[in-house]
Amino acid sequence: MSGPVLSAYRVTKRFGGRNACRDVSFDLWPGEVLGIVGESGSGKTTLLNCLAGRLVPDGGSVAYETRSAGIVDVHHLSEARRRLLARTEWGFVNQDAREGLRMGVSAGANIGERLMAVGARHYSEIRGQAIDWMARVEIDADRLDDRPTTYSGGMRQRLQIARNLVSNPRLVFMDEPTGGLDVSVQARILDLLRGLVEGLHLSAVLVTHDLGVARLLTHRLMVMQGGTVVEQGLTDQVLDDPQHPYTQMLVASILPV
Amino acid sequence: MTSSQPALRVSNLSKSFTVHAQGGLALPVLRDVSLAVSPGECLALVGPSGAGKSTLLRSLYGNYRADSGSIRVRQDETWTELVGAEPRTVLDVRHRTLGFVSQFLRVIPRVSAVDVVAEPLRRRGADPAEARQRAEFLLGMLGIPSRLWALPPATFSGGEQQRVNIARSLVVDYPVLLLDEPTASLDAANRDGVVELICQRRDAGAAIVGIFHDTDVRDAVATRVHEVIPPASSPPASLAGVSP
Repeated sequence: MSGPVLSAYRVTKRFGGRNACRDVSFDLWPGEVLGIVGESGSGKTTLLNCLAGRLVPDGGSVAYETRSAGIVDVHHLSEARRRLLARTEWGFVNQDAREGLRMGVSAGANIGERLMAVGARHYSEIRGQAIDWMARVEIDADRLDDRPTTYSGGMRQRLQIARNLVSNPRLVFMDEPTGGLDVSVQARILDLLRGLVEGLHLSAVLVTHDLGVARLLTHRLMVMQGGTVVEQGLTDQVLDDPQHPYTQMLVASILPV
Repeated sequence: MTSSQPALRVSNLSKSFTVHAQGGLALPVLRDVSLAVSPGECLALVGPSGAGKSTLLRSLYGNYRADSGSIRVRQDETWTELVGAEPRTVLDVRHRTLGFVSQFLRVIPRVSAVDVVAEPLRRRGADPAEARQRAEFLLGMLGIPSRLWALPPATFSGGEQQRVNIARSLVVDYPVLLLDEPTASLDAANRDGVVELICQRRDAGAAIVGIFHDTDVRDAVATRVHEVIPPASSPPASLAGVSP
């Protein structure tokens, strides 16, 4: 059996003397989706950015098992290596699609750019794959040459997902991928993400404050409060039999429909 | 088949709930529960309301976290311990060995009934077309009209949702099955269909643990009965259901 895809060891990040996250350790296994839940300010996004190499932690380390070059320490790679990794083996889905897309170029170019980063050179092949991915995220192929500025919020988010997944990553980081979208649009994206994560056997780390999203998409949960992990375990177990006072409070605060 | 060898073995299982919003109020529910179920057996959990039958069943599935004791499931000719196991170990046992029928379907937005049912098979790597066929067969057997198969079950009646749920849990031939009131909201005809399916699974060698309030259903499916005894310091029934 292969080892973990991602291993965090005592990851700590301080902002101005305050711990944004402290001593977070976990292993993420192939095909596993880990949810990080907690309220605003609990440190979950900071942790995600440390894991993805976007922030340098003040303590601890993050190890990633590459496809072919063995295990690397994410924060001791050269900037160029880390960027290459981020473009080829990883995906990062931002809450705000505008941060994850290039708004000035067409949808097709947004998808094609990732393919070129992994070595695709033939225009017709790139265009063909872009059309295929437009269909997979349920965007009409005739919108391929339009810029994302002309897209709705939900379409942009689906385009961002296509841009991230087209290069066949092993590991995807997601920061509130359905935050700020209408409920019906949210359902469509959740359904899409569920199918893709399962079908492509992706490993993923998903940050969300929405426990319903966590239940639908994740296998495992870490509950964060004030920068530390207060509880973790199987998603349904944490949500149905929460042990920590903070988790019990979070679960009890869900509005019934 | 080595039917003498149990498929599920529970020893000294204890479980309590601590409600922090109530000042850390501890509610003991299970104390030192031991049982074993062999292939071809169906064990019916009996006991008064609030005795902890559902809590026991959910603990066996790893949905509730046991305080102490042991839950072992036979998989790949060895015992796998579920108490204190890593999430991926529990998920692996659930994918391949342990099925659970809950009372209510957790509806997934936009996913059709047939896909909801086929999903556990697809997740095990089954061919999507075959998985779909098997799902349709089960939905048909449970009396869900074919015009509903392509629709998401959110708008189905309670009884229809429960049958979709049963089909989803029985689409894989799990060696161990946990059933929580599988016939609770069904009419007589549909109840009989479910009873027949459970008996088929039992006779094919599944080890089953279930809660069946309907005594006719229990008599038809159960081969043995296990009495769940409320702990001595049992809270009133109204509090015992405090688990979320």
